[in-house]
Amino acid sequence: MTTQHITVTVNGEAHEADVEPRLLLVHFLRDSLGLTGTHVGCDTSNCGACTVHVDGESAKSCTMLAVQADGRLIKTIEGMADGATLHPLQQAFWDQHGLQCGFCTPGMIMQSAWLLADNPDPSEHEIREGISGNLCRCTGYVNIVKAIQQAAGEMAAAAETQTGSPVAAG
Amino acid sequence: MTTQAEPRTSAAIGGMGHSVKRKEDPRFIRGVGEYIDDVNLPGQLWLDIVRSPYAHATIKGIDATEALKIPGVLAVITGADLEKAGLHWMPTLAGDKQMVLPTDTVMYQAQEVCAVVATTKYIAADGVAAVVVDYEPLPVVVDPFKSLEPDAFVLRPDRGPDKQNNHIWHWESGDRAATDADLAAADVHIEQDIYIPRIHVASIETCGCVADWDAVRGQLTLHMTSQAPHVIRTVLALVSGLPEQNIRVKTHDIGGGFGGKVPVYPGYVLAVVASLTVGKPVKWIEDRSENLQADSFARDYHIHAELGATKDGKITSLKAKTVADHGYSDAAADPSKYPAGLFNVITGSYDFPNAFVEVDGVYTNKPPGGVAYRCSFRVTEAVHAVERLVDILAHEIGKDPAQLRMENFIQPEQFPYKTPTGWSYDSGNYPAALQKAMDMIDYAGLRVEQAEKRARGELMGIGISSFTEIVGAGPSHDFDIIGLKMNDGCEIRVHPTGKVLARISSQTQGQGHETTYAQIIAEELGFPVQDIKIEYGDTDTAPYGLGTYGSRSTPTSGAATAVASRKILAKARKLAAHLLEASEDDLEWEPGKFSVKGSPDRFKTIQEIAFAAYTNFPQGMEMGLEAVDYYDPPNLTFPFGSYICVVDIDKGTGRVNVRRFVAIDDCGNIINPMIVDGQIHGGLNMGLAPALYEEITYDELGNNMAGTFMDYLIPTAVESPAWETGKTTTPSPHHPIGAKGVGESATVGAPPAIANAVVDALWHLGVRNIDIPITPQKVWAILHEKGLA
Repeated sequence: MTTQHITVTVNGEAHEADVEPRLLLVHFLRDSLGLTGTHVGCDTSNCGACTVHVDGESAKSCTMLAVQADGRLIKTIEGMADGATLHPLQQAFWDQHGLQCGFCTPGMIMQSAWLLADNPDPSEHEIREGISGNLCRCTGYVNIVKAIQQAAGEMAAAAETQTGSPVAAG
Repeated sequence: MTTQAEPRTSAAIGGMGHSVKRKEDPRFIRGVGEYIDDVNLPGQLWLDIVRSPYAHATIKGIDATEALKIPGVLAVITGADLEKAGLHWMPTLAGDKQMVLPTDTVMYQAQEVCAVVATTKYIAADGVAAVVVDYEPLPVVVDPFKSLEPDAFVLRPDRGPDKQNNHIWHWESGDRAATDADLAAADVHIEQDIYIPRIHVASIETCGCVADWDAVRGQLTLHMTSQAPHVIRTVLALVSGLPEQNIRVKTHDIGGGFGGKVPVYPGYVLAVVASLTVGKPVKWIEDRSENLQADSFARDYHIHAELGATKDGKITSLKAKTVADHGYSDAAADPSKYPAGLFNVITGSYDFPNAFVEVDGVYTNKPPGGVAYRCSFRVTEAVHAVERLVDILAHEIGKDPAQLRMENFIQPEQFPYKTPTGWSYDSGNYPAALQKAMDMIDYAGLRVEQAEKRARGELMGIGISSFTEIVGAGPSHDFDIIGLKMNDGCEIRVHPTGKVLARISSQTQGQGHETTYAQIIAEELGFPVQDIKIEYGDTDTAPYGLGTYGSRSTPTSGAATAVASRKILAKARKLAAHLLEASEDDLEWEPGKFSVKGSPDRFKTIQEIAFAAYTNFPQGMEMGLEAVDYYDPPNLTFPFGSYICVVDIDKGTGRVNVRRFVAIDDCGNIINPMIVDGQIHGGLNMGLAPALYEEITYDELGNNMAGTFMDYLIPTAVESPAWETGKTTTPSPHHPIGAKGVGESATVGAPPAIANAVVDALWHLGVRNIDIPITPQKVWAILHEKGLA
């Protein structure tokens, strides 16, 4: 078995490992690093339960090899909260009952975070389009949309406080 | 039971009626839930499964030589190995049997053929790829009607000499003669074939387990995705011969169930066998293709339905003859007396004088069907049939479908209502729910808009469904699964400091039991909801019960929780009398405290009473404040609702767009309005899905044509409407807190509303029925034929 040496920064912490070239990023995160918040729900990149950020971009970690993550910055659900302080999206999913079984939730939150980074003030339709690569079987999406709207509002207000000027409407 | 429209407790206590935020959510939003694939034990091995590419074939040989040469592949388990221990077949929950591994014949595509045990999941997959199986294909039976023909290939020769055919069972309910006579004499006689297609629950988490055999202690711990862990433990004990006290089933967090995690799949058993063999923990996690191709399916009902009515639209009789495709094994989890579930609730919300239903179960070369899709007991099929027929009648006699329903509803004063197939509906107010839906969506305005659009050549439809559900199985005199009575329990322990631990036998797969059961106790005893911890899913500690499916948790375990709380309250009253030096009769209870009548300043809080239960109790009283209850429901509960759907049809593509959907539900008294709304939203999506998108089909060779999420179309946020919900409240008169159960209502009620809306849009073109899923292809073909597309 040949292996390849990689260095990957996950949630701000550098990890070095010798991995098989065929190892999927999601299995590296879950099995090698023990970050089991990133889930696997399908084999075909449809469900989005494995969504993480790679260099700030949303990516389905079941469709990427660990060796492709060499030298890159990964963020997973475990890196979203700041200690006891939840990310506005985590808080909003809780407030709005945006989850039931919770299995799609980490991927859904990661995708939503990327969506709001790309478009801080999305319309309902833009939200629905933006999360259409992430499947939820429990919620009917109604409260997920509400949660993303709540977080968008709070994040815009926080940005305004920081910069002293309103964020341009998306 | 009185209607509880407003909360009785303060927000700080958080009893019934409060939208308490979920106690389970902090771990899920941080990604630290513990689902089955997150369970990893020291020394754990992996099991992967070789599956059949053929739907029906003889196995001529299995060559594992190359697989066993791979470093890290430890064993290959075949049916022949299991046969030595008598484990190659296992019982299903429906009294049939199914293969764990075949010894000679595979019966459906993707059936388990043998299992590879290896040190990692990647090496296990390498092993699977290296196993060579020699198959000789056999004739494939896909169509259940052909399966019933006399010369059909007998799929299950293992059955007795009198059962050498593919007919599993016949079941009927109601009065055939009276129904036939009424139909023959009826002014209007509607007949319609309706197919309810095979679908799959496809919870986003697939199934899996970690089997952990400890040879020194003689202890088997099975971590698994199960909605009914106690049943699994008992079946395991019976099948394996291991003593039941040494089997522990733990479920952890479950990533959606919807009925798909009730059955026992071969993978679970293989992991147990592997762990028993190698003495190490063995993990099996199916991938999505295995889940969609091999796990149990729902529906697959071929219904021929008839309805009789007077010429002015008074319905008088209903008849349904159904062929049920159960695949190669009857692995449904239906109660013993009800092989077709509760399909005879088919008279629905209407006052039918006569009804008769019959169902024949049939074997085919498909995976076991007849399980569940957010409705365990065939209610969805029944509701679809009656709601389609009533709509066809309305259109045929030219009466508004809402008006026709109003004229035929069982009226509020008729409850308890005995149906012609023998059920006793507990309570209902059907006209109120439909009227509320009509008001909310502006039904009259929509009909005006529809007429205007039709004049312009646009296709808009309005569909109604006024369903009656039947949930909460069930009373012990009628309901058992393989002999186990369908009762459920709750055990409550109040600790000295006034904090509460309660264990329930139902299982959450996302329903929020950690919150709602705490609210029931908060309601009954006045402990703040945040002081109450709910546990479940560990058979070593939870009380026995049949688990969560069929919207039965609140009707059974929820009732047990209320009754156990009341047992605690009775003891608390004695303690309060002791502490206040008053007679029990002189005490008044309000949630959280007992006070002396007329002296409101003389009181003891429930926390003070809990402390006294361990520190200052009267001589002769047992220490502690605990209770357990196993609830045997006196009747089922009958939630209901009225849904109205508005669709627009694109003439160019045949695409159906659900523009609006109003759902009025009545599930009795509500524990947590936020969670009930969430259940309705999710249920509606799982009604939308089979109505417009999802179907598992097979080609003539038995190849599954929807075995991945590329082909099996779960609605995304884009396809899903912004559901609009509303409530009426008609408590169950027999349930301790007046609740009825809600998880499946919307999945049951939504599909006919959507189908009725589409047919309503096309009726003037001569369209009378379109079987679900109503895909763009089906609609476009109709429009094309009519010269409109």
